[in-house]
Amino acid sequence: MKISFNINGQPQSVDIEDPNTPLLWVVRDLLDLKGTKFGCGKAACGACTLHVDGEAVRSCSYAVKFAEGKEVVTIEGLGNRENPHPVQQAWIEYVVPQCGYCQPGFIMATAALLAKNPSPTDEDIDNNIVNVCRCATYTRMRKAIHRAAALGQE
Amino acid sequence: MKKIRLLYIIPVVLFASMLLATDFDYENHSAKSTETTNMKAASTNNDNFDKMMSALTHPRCINCHPSDNKPKQGMEEHPHYFGVARGEDDHGFAATNCNTCHQEENNDFSGVPGAPHWGLAPASMNWEGLSKTEIATSMMDKSRNGGKSPNEILKHLTEDPLVLWAWEPGINAAGIPREKPPISKEDYIAAVKGWFAEGAVIPGE
Repeated sequence: MKISFNINGQPQSVDIEDPNTPLLWVVRDLLDLKGTKFGCGKAACGACTLHVDGEAVRSCSYAVKFAEGKEVVTIEGLGNRENPHPVQQAWIEYVVPQCGYCQPGFIMATAALLAKNPSPTDEDIDNNIVNVCRCATYTRMRKAIHRAAALGQE
Repeated sequence: MKKIRLLYIIPVVLFASMLLATDFDYENHSAKSTETTNMKAASTNNDNFDKMMSALTHPRCINCHPSDNKPKQGMEEHPHYFGVARGEDDHGFAATNCNTCHQEENNDFSGVPGAPHWGLAPASMNWEGLSKTEIATSMMDKSRNGGKSPNEILKHLTEDPLVLWAWEPGINAAGIPREKPPISKEDYIAAVKGWFAEGAVIPGE
């Protein structure tokens, strides 16, 4: 089955036997975009978070068939070294990651939050950023989220 | 004498016609308003009501009709993981909402359940902790059911894919099939239609 969508601004088509294959596998194994991580495989940890039509989605639990005709953005498409997204910039400033494995998911979740709520309170952060970090970098992340909000409004 | 017999026959014929009607249109049922039928005392036969409520009081239904704005999960009805809550539109918070994880159908890879318009019932339709009578009263009360007419409620109960998901709940993350309500979907739909056809009488406590 052929499924077409835009990913990081580029049109992309994949020919896949099972249209229920998680978008995560397609992104990582077929499109070779390894920034999006596999964590739990049951939509619990958020390491696989990416954007579909601007919404944060747990891609391990998102059948690729639902991406047909949509805009998918992964961590690779959010920003780059020369022009980082405010969330990436804040993450760098606060040296948020420890092992770093879960961080792309957190960054994508945070970018989705700031797109809808440019000045989140601590409560907003608690409600919306519910990914899991085994290194427990939550305190630095909270500071970085507020910094990213400020950067986004400069 | 003939006149007296006629007085007996007319209501019997009317009642029998109502029971035999296959496409009973509740809204066109003359004279009996929703309000009056809802307030009726106990019916002599609550079979359809009891069958219907055996499904509507099952965790597959109640878990998304919470009384504390927190969806529940599992047969033990624990609060939804990750602090998920109702939010402003019954679909969670701005960036982390139902569709962050739940899509239009069950996902057998992750074990995450899904159905069209996955989300909580409106806060006015809190059923958690209510009796069967209280749930039915709430369900038929336009001021609490989103302004739905009896026919719209009938349609919601028997055709809405999110309601009927209860009979196709998929598997959990461990690959174990989720428990379904205690009666089959067909028996449930027949019971709901039967209850409405009988006038949607809500028995007393």
